Amino acid sequence: MAQTLYDKLMSAHIVREQDGATLIYIDRQLIHEVTSPQAFEGLALANRKPWRKEANLAVPDHNVPTTERSSGVSGIEDPISRLQVETLDKNCAEFEINEIPMNDIRQGIVHVIGPEQGATLPGMSIVCGDSHTSTHGALGALAFGIGTSEVEHVLATGCLWQSKSKNLKIEVNGSLNPHVSAKDIALYIIGQIGTAGGTGYAIEFTGSSIEDLSIEGRMTLCNMAIEAGARVGMVAVDQKTIDYVEGRPFSPTGENWIKAVDYWQTLHSDDGAVFDKTVTIDAKDIDLQVTWGTSPEMVVDINGSTPDPSKESDPVKAESIRIALNYIHLKPNTPIKSVEIDKVFIGSCTNSRIEDLRAAAAVAKGKKIADNVKLALVVPGSGLIKQQAEKEGLDIIFTDAGFEWREPGCSMCLAMNADKLEVGERCASTSNRNFEGRQGQGSFTHLVSPAIAAASAIAGHFSEVQ
Amino acid sequence: MEKFNTLNSIATPLDRANVDTDAIIPKQFLKSIKRSGFGPNLFDEWRYLDHGEVGMDNSKRPTNPDFVLNNPKYKGAQILLTRENFGCGSSREHAPWALEDFGFKAIIAPSFADIFYNNCFKNGLLPIVLSHDIVDDLFGYEGDIVIDLDQQSVSTNSNSYTFEVDGERKRRLLNGLDDIDLTLQYEDEIRHFEVDYFKQHPWL
Repeated sequence: MAQTLYDKLMSAHIVREQDGATLIYIDRQLIHEVTSPQAFEGLALANRKPWRKEANLAVPDHNVPTTERSSGVSGIEDPISRLQVETLDKNCAEFEINEIPMNDIRQGIVHVIGPEQGATLPGMSIVCGDSHTSTHGALGALAFGIGTSEVEHVLATGCLWQSKSKNLKIEVNGSLNPHVSAKDIALYIIGQIGTAGGTGYAIEFTGSSIEDLSIEGRMTLCNMAIEAGARVGMVAVDQKTIDYVEGRPFSPTGENWIKAVDYWQTLHSDDGAVFDKTVTIDAKDIDLQVTWGTSPEMVVDINGSTPDPSKESDPVKAESIRIALNYIHLKPNTPIKSVEIDKVFIGSCTNSRIEDLRAAAAVAKGKKIADNVKLALVVPGSGLIKQQAEKEGLDIIFTDAGFEWREPGCSMCLAMNADKLEVGERCASTSNRNFEGRQGQGSFTHLVSPAIAAASAIAGHFSEVQ
Repeated sequence: MEKFNTLNSIATPLDRANVDTDAIIPKQFLKSIKRSGFGPNLFDEWRYLDHGEVGMDNSKRPTNPDFVLNNPKYKGAQILLTRENFGCGSSREHAPWALEDFGFKAIIAPSFADIFYNNCFKNGLLPIVLSHDIVDDLFGYEGDIVIDLDQQSVSTNSNSYTFEVDGERKRRLLNGLDDIDLTLQYEDEIRHFEVDYFKQHPWL
């Protein structure tokens, strides 16, 4: 029978099925410092050992400072952030789990370093105590975020209980408009189907526009699947996937490489595979996107305006619009380009890869950030990306334009480290969530692509690339 | 894990759609390496008027009188009644830990985000999906609600509604079973699976 990619990936990992629950085998668990301490504690209390310790790879990312790090973990100023990073180091040592520590050149955001190291391979089942684990589906893997109890379960048993998701195909066809990126596609889709549009589904992104995206672009897109409510976002394996994976530290070599490639080439939905739902989008309808509210679905074209709740017929939606506009200090019908910004953040597991930094640098080159922009941060996704960017001179372009060039980590995406917005500050951010208080209590987040973030930093308000 | 059988309580009505886990428990509290103690910071930014940080004496902080959790009428409620897509966003299990620590044992909504829904069952917290219309009715109802997991029913003084739950999840919650213990009963099956699996996928 014709199968979808999701069905193929699931069935390859089924250990056992009973009464609506499926026990699946987990090939890779990625671990970071925020959602793992209680899992390791549980393991220790029950006197258990990791089932297969080499399945795990850990890295600190959420709490790490993005400023100077020469004094190491003991130099993290906030004592509770420091304790969390120290706890990860200690747990990994105790349970003999492979960890990339904070001052290793390979350190970075967990969803950036997985693919970069080849620890993410096509066909793998991959979990992490982090909702943006959907990112790894860009390589044709079955990847999804889990809670801490499940992190402990995977550590202890190598497996996880799941209920099967339904299949949602999102097909995007045609050439993208100028400067439109994977981020704009993601935000456009979420605007169309809503933040719960993918709930209960695994999304497969298909169509010529997706095939044309780089692997980095596909990661941006799959990363945001969770913002559409879907735990899983995937793209079928093609030659780009295989070329991307080849030669990475954890990637197979020799005879195993040949066997792996043979298998990976089967990782696509079969002709005639049945999806529970299909959404078709024409690439020419996708313009540059900016969120105006406090949910990723609250998004408009760069030439659009904030909505008017009095024109919304659904009372729950109208109330959501009112609450969001009130929180974010914008009036109905405000053109988004007229909105001034205080800070800019280029980074996060959504948009901190080399392609993102190149796109932003191309816009910033030879320009200066506007006087009203108090801070514009560029935070690479990993130490290796930072190194590559410096080789290309991108750091100089950014610092000449007035941006700050930082060390890798999650940084101001969720502001668990020192990088945060103050009350009332408005930020153009390449991250993934514009929830109330996400980047700092009482602050306002607008999600955009790296090119728009850079263009807005220079204009001082939301702007397309000039 | 604590068993869940029946529950009889009033419900706290939180009339908002798309409540995300950042709102349920803001990130500064995720720095804890413990599993308990999150209740006082549940909905911190909506509940208090000042900026909450770890280690503050929450009993001395100014509370927001307009926020429903601060309404004395709902003190001691063990059911949270809310709108669509509750628990969206971050996978943090600190969200159900905070709800449970505060005293909630069940949440009723028209829909939940997938990861949050999963996480609830790991902590003895029952998420119940009822239709928009029924949830609307419950928002207009004041009085005790009886939840019976075995019967899969939610009852008010005048009405009774049924809800769906996976058989396996129900069994585990009714009996307070530990997931890891259960899975390790199938240790041999997992080992057998591995042998075949690594033969077929030698690069892993």
